[in-house]
Amino acid sequence: MTKIKSLADLRKIRDEVQSKIKLRENSTHPEQTVQIKIGMATCGIASGAKETMRFFVEELEQQAIDAVVTQTGCMGFCYAEPTVEITLPGKEPVVFGFVNKTKAEEIIEVYIKRGELVDGIIPMNFKTIDE
Amino acid sequence: MKTITDHILDIVQNSIRANATLIEIIVEENKKNDFYSLIISDNGCGMDEETLKKAANPFFTSRKTRGVGLGLSLLKQNAEMAGGNFSLYSVVNKGTEVKASFQLSNVDRPPLGDVWNMFYYTMIGNETIDFHYIHKTENGTIEIQSEEIKRSLEGVSLRQKEIREAILELIQNNLKEIKATN
Repeated sequence: MTKIKSLADLRKIRDEVQSKIKLRENSTHPEQTVQIKIGMATCGIASGAKETMRFFVEELEQQAIDAVVTQTGCMGFCYAEPTVEITLPGKEPVVFGFVNKTKAEEIIEVYIKRGELVDGIIPMNFKTIDE
Repeated sequence: MKTITDHILDIVQNSIRANATLIEIIVEENKKNDFYSLIISDNGCGMDEETLKKAANPFFTSRKTRGVGLGLSLLKQNAEMAGGNFSLYSVVNKGTEVKASFQLSNVDRPPLGDVWNMFYYTMIGNETIDFHYIHKTENGTIEIQSEEIKRSLEGVSLRQKEIREAILELIQNNLKEIKATN
């Protein structure tokens, strides 16, 4: 493989994959996308949120799961970092704590793929109490 | 924070919360002068003088979710531990600049780390913000701009596997070319 050094090289890669992408992209429906937010404040980073994010990005891509992984600030659960908020299509967001690689694997397998809840959820649904 | 990259990842979040649209990260190293510096500047909402004075205090934060703010204080500590300095400049509604310098050869200077991952994750996490990463060594200067990358992709998603790998490789190769110290 030739080395990628400039934007021109990047454009070449883009052209190479553009046709492949079209096939894949057709299956994308925003309402079916899993949304994943990784807590990336000081507390998260110090506990390894970068590695967690990397794992999610690579693993979901490997398994061809339609998901968008983004960053978010501190959710106030610094003791449980890295924290990850997952929103399955049509469902309420769920926050998981202490998400290292092993935990992330479990979350993908059990929660994202089968929809079953796993241990380690941080309950944050305070609005039901108020109402 | 174990690496300079971790600090960047962290401080950049401050700029994002300050509604910045342009964030510039400059790492400069000079073996001859035994100098290493990190500058992060943004065009966000800035801070008034009073806030600026308190910003590097670990017990000050603008957040409501928790009572401490360690990001800047940890960077300050690391810089001072490694024979360097830390300073902050800010103008309300103009932006903020964070500057940390280190002694390059100091054992306490954190290594650079995986800047390419930091750049990519920050870019996909905040697609509306333009990030510039500039790295200067005695062998040359590289500049990577997220807007420019997005423009050359012409609508192809940043999240495509091949594109991700290409972007990471692009940054790594460029760093190698100017012989950036880790």
